[in-house]
Amino acid sequence: MKQFTYTKTSEINSAVQEGSANKTAQQGAEIRFIAGGTTMLDLMKLMVETPNKLIDINHLPLDKIETTSGGGVKVGAMVRNSDLAHHPYIKSHYQVLSEALLSGASPQLRNMATTGGNLLQRTRCVYFRDTEFACNKREPGSGCAAIDGDNRMMAVLGTSDKCIASNPSDMNVALMALEATIHITGKDGDREIPISQFYTLPGNSPDVENVLKPGDLITHVSIQPMPPGSNSTYLKLRDRASYEFALASAAVITQVKDGKIAHARVALGAVGTIPWRSPEAESVLVGTAPTAENFRKAADAALKDAKPQTHNKFKIELSKRCLTHALKLVTTA
Amino acid sequence: MSDNKDSNPKQKQSADHKQSTNQKSSTDQKPPANQQPAQTAVLEPKRTSVGHETRRIDGPLKVTGKAVYTSDHNFPGMVYAVPVGATIANGKVTKIDAAEAEKMPGVHAIYHRTNIGQLFRVAPDSTFTAYTDEPRPPLEDDIIRYYGQYVALAVADTFEQAKAAADAVKVTYQEEKPNVSPKLTADDKVKVESHRGDAQKAFDSAAIKLDETYTTASQTHNVIELHATVAVFDGTKFTMYETTQGVVNHKNVLVQVLGVDPENLQVISKFLGSGFGSKITPWSHCALAGAAARKLNRPVKLVVSRKMSFHAVGHRPRTQQRVRLSAQPDGKLTSIQHDYFNHTSMLDDYKENCGECTSYLYSTPNLRITSALSRRNVGTPTSMRGPGAVPGLFATESAMDELAIKLKMDPVKLRIINEPTIDEGLNLPFASRHLIGCYKQGADLFGWDQRDPRIGSMKKNGLTLGWGTAGASWIAERFPAEVAIQLNNDGTARVSSATQDIGTGTYTVFAQVVGDKLGIPIEKVEVVLGDTSLPAGPLSGGSMGIASIIPATTKAIEKAVDTLLTAAVQSPLTKFSGAKKTELALTNGNVHRKDQPSKEGVPFETVMQQVNLNKISGKASSPGTFSGKKQSSMHSYGVHFVEVTWQEELARLRVSRVVTVIDAGKIMNPKTGRNQIEGAIVMGLGMALFEGTEYEPTKGAPINSSLADYILPVNADMPKMDVHFLEVPNTELNEYGARGIGEIGLAGLAPALANAVHHATGIRVRNLPIRIEDLMGEST
Ligand SMILES: Cc1cc2nc3c(=O)[nH]c(=O)nc-3n(C[C@H](O)[C@H](O)[C@H](O)COP(=O)(O)OP(=O)(O)OC[C@H]3O[C@@H](n4cnc5c(N)ncnc54)[C@H](O)[C@@H]3O)c2cc1C
Ligand code: SF4
Repeated sequence: MKQFTYTKTSEINSAVQEGSANKTAQQGAEIRFIAGGTTMLDLMKLMVETPNKLIDINHLPLDKIETTSGGGVKVGAMVRNSDLAHHPYIKSHYQVLSEALLSGASPQLRNMATTGGNLLQRTRCVYFRDTEFACNKREPGSGCAAIDGDNRMMAVLGTSDKCIASNPSDMNVALMALEATIHITGKDGDREIPISQFYTLPGNSPDVENVLKPGDLITHVSIQPMPPGSNSTYLKLRDRASYEFALASAAVITQVKDGKIAHARVALGAVGTIPWRSPEAESVLVGTAPTAENFRKAADAALKDAKPQTHNKFKIELSKRCLTHALKLVTTA
Repeated sequence: MSDNKDSNPKQKQSADHKQSTNQKSSTDQKPPANQQPAQTAVLEPKRTSVGHETRRIDGPLKVTGKAVYTSDHNFPGMVYAVPVGATIANGKVTKIDAAEAEKMPGVHAIYHRTNIGQLFRVAPDSTFTAYTDEPRPPLEDDIIRYYGQYVALAVADTFEQAKAAADAVKVTYQEEKPNVSPKLTADDKVKVESHRGDAQKAFDSAAIKLDETYTTASQTHNVIELHATVAVFDGTKFTMYETTQGVVNHKNVLVQVLGVDPENLQVISKFLGSGFGSKITPWSHCALAGAAARKLNRPVKLVVSRKMSFHAVGHRPRTQQRVRLSAQPDGKLTSIQHDYFNHTSMLDDYKENCGECTSYLYSTPNLRITSALSRRNVGTPTSMRGPGAVPGLFATESAMDELAIKLKMDPVKLRIINEPTIDEGLNLPFASRHLIGCYKQGADLFGWDQRDPRIGSMKKNGLTLGWGTAGASWIAERFPAEVAIQLNNDGTARVSSATQDIGTGTYTVFAQVVGDKLGIPIEKVEVVLGDTSLPAGPLSGGSMGIASIIPATTKAIEKAVDTLLTAAVQSPLTKFSGAKKTELALTNGNVHRKDQPSKEGVPFETVMQQVNLNKISGKASSPGTFSGKKQSSMHSYGVHFVEVTWQEELARLRVSRVVTVIDAGKIMNPKTGRNQIEGAIVMGLGMALFEGTEYEPTKGAPINSSLADYILPVNADMPKMDVHFLEVPNTELNEYGARGIGEIGLAGLAPALANAVHHATGIRVRNLPIRIEDLMGEST
């Protein structure tokens, strides 16, 4: 770990102002917010993150879960993952989100981890986490050790020849399916960004992962209500039964009317370089009967552009089985 | 045994009582060798603490945080050391630039080859008394042979300063391509381990045969208590607080490496958070900490990080095993061939003896076993729980299952058909072998007769079930041991030996043995271990600790009791004054006349008080069993029955149920005993499904070197476990007939699981771990 200075603030504006001195809000940032610290401290110990300054945002007044007049919710960035997962309104109205959160990490980690921090958690690519290896995401232009290395956990969708790292989050997959909106306060004021436009594909610059600019503070995440009568679920597949990142996961929301799927939202985890919404699967589903055959067609559509690496071809089929099964669960519930 | 509850001591007593009568009638039971006549003269119920479900006597210390582990030791003026590991796996150090690091805050020194002082090699040893798997001391030369090999050591006031300084040391290398290839070939001579008849000829002419190759992954021990040394040097003498499974061996190695006289080095290890074999022999960091303490004349603490634990404190090497079996149509084996490789490091000849059990497990006239080593740029491998037998049985017991399928025969029946009457490898009678008994009891408890052998045919709650079984065996030996006993005039006893409790329950079982012999409650027994200033005790390895200490303890107690009785008759102040020593005995804690029951006697402490004695001591040693000609083949046996559930639409495999029956002689403490087997089952599940150290091909680094990336089982993976002991004691090894149980539970679990997987899925996975992709037919 590198020496750093540490400040604490309970005011959003001062956090934003202090953060604005940053040259970038992406990899290489010299000023970092620290929320639960479960990503941040981990990467600092590994020397993957080497900020000069940490701004502790744990005391910002952003720890509320509020229902909105339209029946949606507005979740403060500092709401802990466990509080969000166990909140009665979330459990009853956004099952997919509660399940996704509870499938992640461990109780201790979820007690620390925050909504804002989870949105920004970094890849688990082992080469990214080990400074002895080439990694374009950590050190632009140095190469990608994963492409010829151990790439079992890596992505099959949204990859580039510069980076194939998967986004490991569970929560964000659910938020993708829920079409959440991310509220940001920056040095030029407040703005709202649909989550579908928040993450950026690696392309030629995998060090840039999202649209955040220096000083940008995530204040809230808001979610619209799901269409009436719809069901949702999150299914996560992994080697061991608990406490492991996904090999494949699926967040699905469906509304079935008169024996046909009237509304469908599908997002996949662990297979994309970003949490992966699949409009392809959704359009296959809408208007069809909720049958195993149609689910499989949707899964085929979702993965049709998948590009396997040397050790992760199985993830394509696994992801399809995961989505197919999640759709079965959610339509028979 | 599992239904023995602590809450019903009465029932427990009578169960034990029944057991001991059973033992008497058992065929294995030889007349007790060194029974004290003193204890048999008047028949009366003897108070005994052996065989009881006894809680760990050190449990309260552990759960209250009072147990002091190695890295918990702190001393005034202590400094912290952090090693610098090589970031190449093959090549040479050309330059070490420590200028910047030396100037950093709190830094005392940056040590490397040219300034640490001379460290010496360990002389060859085959007796496990001054043994190390990596005899080359750290920093002996500039050649790098594995990733993470220590090249320097940063020492500073705080751990954080030392770590920062270690990171700031600039090392320049001349790098060569490392060889960490998982494909193993013989780099050294192929060694014939055992042979009889003409296996190849029998194989060639057989109608039913099998020729398959199996591999097991490299495994890192991943003990929860990290390896650590706290070295204290007073100008002459070292006190080394170590994480070790063998304080005596540790000392004997370190005196050589550091070049000091034996009386100037003491090793202390009071509690261990597991070793699994990785802490049997000292590793480079111990010498580095000692050398730094001597240079600085200050206590030095060095804790090996989790990541470094994947480099330089041993691992179970990768194995590649070809098994050829041939059989008659009735299932009788006509030949067994077992040819195996394991990877070893560039310098050391660590052999993973996969053929350990192959020569005696089944009857066959023709057999050939060979071993060979493959040199790789990896750290030195070492023993990991059940070395040799555990990976070896994965191959041979998987092959037996495959053969049973070829023969369309039940796999249990195939084992019964091939049960030998003698150890055909050694040509000796079995001292005690009840493998078929294990199969029968296990099959019964598991409900094996309900098994439908057709692949994927058994269903439950929408899941496909797979049932598999495999047998196991492990050595039953003794190390030499020395034990001291002390009777105190307050009615307590103290027993001491320089062995150690590695978390398995040695403190507790030691107290039980002493309690049993003296007839006093275990609360009155103080057990002192883990310190080389005590009489030299055994390594905690090979599941031999308890078996080894029993004879010496018994003899030491006999000596102390003899002294006690001598005092009782010599003193005019006791009621035994003037009696003959041979007329007296110590039973249930009382000194009494043999022709009277013990309750007519006097507590031993009263005798001591009457004579005005503070303590009475006895010390004795017993030899090991490795040297000398064997009269019989002595092993433990066991069987696992495993149920897996398979959900093809999710490619989800889980282990739901394990029934294990172990034939390991007398179980001294069923509670700690069952705990050993259950822990081993979980470890076997990890070996079968998750664990594997991945060496990255370009740099040769173990790439999944963290607890998040090296997958071990977690609570949610635990199956329902049902552990049973046959408990047929054989007293050749010691008077209770106790053998080791630390390793046998891991042996055979992985093949039983793989066999169950085949039954559920039809997919035979011969390369561990079994991964999701294997079961999807998409392994890469
Ligand atoms: C062992 C382990 C296992 C895990 N397993 C899983 C798993 O199975 N599934 C899963 O989904 N996750 C898993 N995680 C990841 C975990 O969910 C994340 O680490 C956590 O959600 C991050 O939240 P945090 O509050 O601790 O973030 P921090 O570490 O505090 O911050 C993370 C990043 O976000 C930035 N940041 C934080 N808050 C804000 C804000 N309000 N505005 C702008 N920037 C902000 C920080 O500057 C930093 O860059 C695991 C983590 C660990 C250590
Ligand atoms: S996949 Fe991405 S994160 Fe991993 S090594 Fe390559 S560039 Fe770095």
